[in-house]
Amino acid sequence: MNSNDLVQAMDPAGASAVDEPALIAALRRGEEWAFEAMVRTHGGRLLAVARRICGNEEDARDALQSAYLSAFRAVQRFEGTCQLSTWLHRIVVNMALMRLRTRRRKPEAQMDTLLPAFQEDGHHVEQFSEWTMPADRLLEREDARATVRSCIAQLPESYRQVLLLRDIEELSTDEVAGMLRATPTAIKVRLHRARQALSTLLRREFAR
Amino acid sequence: MTCREFAEFLDAYLSAELPPAVLTAFEHHLELCINCVRYLEHYRQSIELGRRAFDRSSAEVPADVPEDLIRAMLVAFRLEPALD
Repeated sequence: MNSNDLVQAMDPAGASAVDEPALIAALRRGEEWAFEAMVRTHGGRLLAVARRICGNEEDARDALQSAYLSAFRAVQRFEGTCQLSTWLHRIVVNMALMRLRTRRRKPEAQMDTLLPAFQEDGHHVEQFSEWTMPADRLLEREDARATVRSCIAQLPESYRQVLLLRDIEELSTDEVAGMLRATPTAIKVRLHRARQALSTLLRREFAR
Repeated sequence: MTCREFAEFLDAYLSAELPPAVLTAFEHHLELCINCVRYLEHYRQSIELGRRAFDRSSAEVPADVPEDLIRAMLVAFRLEPALD
C-alpha cells in the first residue's frame, strides 16, 4: 500500500467519492490501506448504529471491530448486489445483536403496563389529550430528542430491538425476522406493541 | 368496532393493509370517537419521533471513528491470517 492509495480512496466529499470496486479488489488482496479506508469511510455512521443497539460504548466498539474483521474475512463472498455500506450495516447490526445476547438481561419494565388498558365494553380506560406540540416541532429540540431516546431505552429489550431495527435502522420485516430468529408475523406484532408502548412513555412526557 | 379492536388495527391501517370491510369500520369508528382520533395521532407521532430521535445528535453520530479505535482495529487486522 502507499498513502496515495488511501488519499485517493478517501475523499473529503464522503463515501460516494470512494472507488468501491477498487476498494473491494484491494480488500480481497488483503491490503491494509483498503481496510483502513473502509473503516474511515463508513465507520462513524456504523459506530452510531452499534451504539444504538448495544446501549453502551464498550460493546459498541467491540461490535464494530468484530463486524469489520468479519466483513474482511467474508469479502471474497461479497457479490456486489448491494452497496458496500448496506452490506456492512447488516453485519454491524448482527454483530451488535450477538453482543446483546451475551449480556445478562437487565430488569425490564412490564410490557402490559405500557399497553393501553380497556374497559369491559372495549372503550379505552384513559382519556387522551393532545400533545404540547407536534412531533416536528419537538424534533427541533435536542432535549426532546434525548427524551425520546431515553423512552426507547426503557422499552423491554425484545421490543426495543424490533423498534430500532425496523423504524430506525429501516430494515425490512423479513430481514429483522431472520436476524432475531422469529417469524415475520411475530415481528409485526412486536413492532406494533413496541410502538404502542413508546407512545405511552412519550405521552407521559409530552401530553398536556 | 370497539376502541380495543381499533387499537389492534392501527399498524395495519397505517401500512394500508386493512381489508376494505375492516377499513370501512375503522374509519367509521374514527369519525365517532375523539379518544381514538387522539390515540391514533399519538401513535403516528411516536413513530415519527422514534424514527428521527437519533438525527442531528452529535452525541449519537460521530463524524469519524475515534483514532484509538481505528488503531486497535488495524492491529487486529494485521493479526488476521491471509485470505485464500
